[in-house]
Amino acid sequence: MINQSLKNLSQLLASKAVSSVEMTQTFLERIRQYNPTINAYITIDEEKSLAQAKAADSLIAAGTATTLTGIPFAQKDIFCAKDWRTTCGSKMLANFIAPYDAHVIAQFNHVGAVNLGKTNMDEFAMGSSNETSYFGGVKNPWDLTRVPGGSSGGSAAAVAARLCAAATGTDTGGSIRQPASLCGFTGLKPTYGLVSRYGMIAFASSLDQAGPMAKSAEDCALMMNVMAGFDARDSTSLNHPKEDYTAKLEQPLAGLKVGLPKEYFAEGLDSDVAKVVDEAIATYQKLGAEFVDISLPNASLSIPVYYVLAPAEASSNLSRYDGVRYGHRTAQYDDLMDMYMKSRAEGFGEEVKRRILIGTYVLSAGYYDAYYLKAQQIRHLIADDFKAAFKQCDIIMGPTVPSTAFKTGEKTDDPVAMYLQDIYTIATNLAGLPGMSIPAGFSASIDGHDLPVGLQLIGNYFDEARMLNVAHAYQQVTDWHTAMPKGIE
Amino acid sequence: MEWEVVIGLETHTQLRTKSKIFSGASTAYGAEPNTQACEVSIALPGVLPVLNKEAVQCAIKFGLAVDAEIAPRSVFSRKNYFYPDLPKGYQISQFELPVVGKGKMTIQVPATSKHEAYEKVIHITRAHLEEDAGKSLHGAVDDMSGIDLNRAGTPLLEIVTEPDMRSAAEAVAYAKKLHELVQWIGICDGNMQEGSFRCDVNVSVRPKGTTELGTRREIKNLNSFKFMQQAIVYETQWQIETLEDGGKIEQATVLFNPDTGETRAMRSKEEANDYRYFPDPDLLPLAITEADQAAIKSQMPELPEAMKARFESEYALSSYDASTLTSSKAIADYFESVIQAGGDAKLAANWVMGGVTAKLNTEDKTIVDSPINAATLAQLVIRIADGTISNNAGKQVFEAMWSGESDVDAIIEAKGLKQVSDTGAIEAMIDEVLTANATMVDEYKAGKEKAFNALVGQTMKASKGKANPAQVNALLKKKLDA
Repeated sequence: MINQSLKNLSQLLASKAVSSVEMTQTFLERIRQYNPTINAYITIDEEKSLAQAKAADSLIAAGTATTLTGIPFAQKDIFCAKDWRTTCGSKMLANFIAPYDAHVIAQFNHVGAVNLGKTNMDEFAMGSSNETSYFGGVKNPWDLTRVPGGSSGGSAAAVAARLCAAATGTDTGGSIRQPASLCGFTGLKPTYGLVSRYGMIAFASSLDQAGPMAKSAEDCALMMNVMAGFDARDSTSLNHPKEDYTAKLEQPLAGLKVGLPKEYFAEGLDSDVAKVVDEAIATYQKLGAEFVDISLPNASLSIPVYYVLAPAEASSNLSRYDGVRYGHRTAQYDDLMDMYMKSRAEGFGEEVKRRILIGTYVLSAGYYDAYYLKAQQIRHLIADDFKAAFKQCDIIMGPTVPSTAFKTGEKTDDPVAMYLQDIYTIATNLAGLPGMSIPAGFSASIDGHDLPVGLQLIGNYFDEARMLNVAHAYQQVTDWHTAMPKGIE
Repeated sequence: MEWEVVIGLETHTQLRTKSKIFSGASTAYGAEPNTQACEVSIALPGVLPVLNKEAVQCAIKFGLAVDAEIAPRSVFSRKNYFYPDLPKGYQISQFELPVVGKGKMTIQVPATSKHEAYEKVIHITRAHLEEDAGKSLHGAVDDMSGIDLNRAGTPLLEIVTEPDMRSAAEAVAYAKKLHELVQWIGICDGNMQEGSFRCDVNVSVRPKGTTELGTRREIKNLNSFKFMQQAIVYETQWQIETLEDGGKIEQATVLFNPDTGETRAMRSKEEANDYRYFPDPDLLPLAITEADQAAIKSQMPELPEAMKARFESEYALSSYDASTLTSSKAIADYFESVIQAGGDAKLAANWVMGGVTAKLNTEDKTIVDSPINAATLAQLVIRIADGTISNNAGKQVFEAMWSGESDVDAIIEAKGLKQVSDTGAIEAMIDEVLTANATMVDEYKAGKEKAFNALVGQTMKASKGKANPAQVNALLKKKLDA
């Protein structure tokens, strides 16, 4: 059951071969067994999950179920879920019980899906290895000595280790796609504004976007049908007509024009990863796709631009964590200022503090024009690069990450090396474009471990259905996406 | 040396919307603490602001009312600072691109012993939308400060003037005019006690004849015109004395203490925050089209200046009367309702400005609290105009109406105030008076005009005050001169 597609799980439930309670129990048992090692979940509440499963079984019995009714999903701990502890991976919110549902959570609840638990993540989604979490790192199921990527590391490990049917994630600079690449599954970051941010704890508001993390493109499409849609409570939510993301899955790829940005195949790309990507390109050629060389001349500026804009927004977004109304408040303080300083010094981890400091600096009087304004101007140039590129091609392909999963602790003392993990993914966030990572093979075995490699797809605005089609076609002729890590069967 | 004071105002006008500027929570005043604080007001993790369209409409109305530029595109920014009653750690405001740009307003400065009444144009620099903070309640809970977030997120329009005012009187005249205008166009309830209209006054002084601005101090949060007057007078004097004593003015924020009548520095500018303004990524730029403006313009009430001009031409009122009757929307509406109910314009104007205003002033009431509604006053005016009662008798009827009676004809009947306009009856009375007062008749005929008035008086007395005085005059004259 654990390696089944969402469609198959749905059929199992509909045919009453398995109940939602049984399916939920199966995953909860796996969580009990593997989570102490992998640490994918921060919060599990079996009672709540089973109550939802029971309710789902009634819907199924009543014949009012939809595709995802009764299927157990893992939810990134960045989404507020009513009556669930919602920590965002931080000591600051370690005891915060959300009194309301995020839009994404409400959408899953609405279709009667089961919430299996809240997954581990880098603190406030700041990190690429899940090592900044207050609740400890997450192990990559393909090699327990390596990181799963981040910031959606818990959801990634949960999907890879089959500790859920599928999971949600968020992606500000690559937080869905990079872990999808490192853990070998399919992850989609939709067009900015397609999925409401309401109730999703903000890191960098103009970049944050929620998306599905699942085994296949088809699973992602089914989840997008639930997650996407206009929400009046998010002013940046786009009033895009509701789509059926499964509708175009089976379209043939003949005539598809794929752009290969030369900047994504330049120095810095591991040869192992390059080899896998080249093989994937060859497969696509067989499927009828045509390839053109393109250029994204400002792509190299993505990381510096991102590390001005994202911290700027974060420094302001995280000001609400002041110990006054909720969240961590220091035990002893002399006055208001002392309370602020101690509460925030104790409540936030090192990486979060680093970004608050950077963000505060770039917004300060005298520095604003040189950093924040300049970065905004370059952001437009980066978006213009993509606009030009999409005149030459329908979709862009390349590696998701320059390398495979790295060892735990390997980059923790070198923030810049960590930031370079997102070198191929950040530009899409800056442009607001949809991006995807799909499993495309493995690196040469290291210490007996095969490490997954992801292929990145970048589409034009609102081209999610087409991207899912392109990914699905590949998954019909390859089986990388069904491969499971050893030792978790 | 002769000094000149330079004054500019920043007014926080609380907009009269049902819900907050970025959430659906109620803006009603006076609720139990934190009962009107929704998840957005509390700034829970993950919440987002959604702009209240009603607040934008209020801003557009104001822009139209002061003949201002309305920005086709304005931007909400975050003003970052920490304070316990500021739940997000930033206030959403407008910084570089405000919704309302340059505009102007004409104020009437009342006469004093030193000068005649005069008009002056005050230039509006800008007006921008922003959210209010909550309130800190010190001493509400033992050893702790309480935070009430009911007010957090209440929509404000901050209206900023150029430093155009040169006296406390001008500043107060501007504030009063603005206070009336925002109520007139229905965007603010004007309740100063509840903080719906609060002024910050920037005051500086300079040697008369110079053009460079002196260093200003900002008097914060004045919520009464009386205090504003006192605060500016005190502050101006303080600054002049400080400079004359060889001191220097430091830029500062000061508070006015109504008990002592003094202003005192709250914080100096060295402690000023760097607010790190930047465009709020949670909100799209606010776009206002010509069509949006036109739609709102069509719903706008007639503005005071236009109404004043119309009163002068349509009702043949003097500039002074028209100005008085348009000093508030409520008075203007009342006056026009009297006319619509059939009252003569000039008589209506006299009664509204005279009897009604005098009574209201005595009882410290406003026109909306008047026990005599416009329709009833119109009945009185009609009876005076059609000669049923004299203007004098009208005063008795008015008193009765003020005490709660509303049937004008019944009052006239009950008090027997009906005028005698029957020529025959009046002539008969005159004949009797002439017979009984032959001496006076002789005096009149000898050229004593005073005797005529005495004879009118006698006739009126004979009629018990009910004869139509105009008729008495005419008939008496006719008989004596015959």
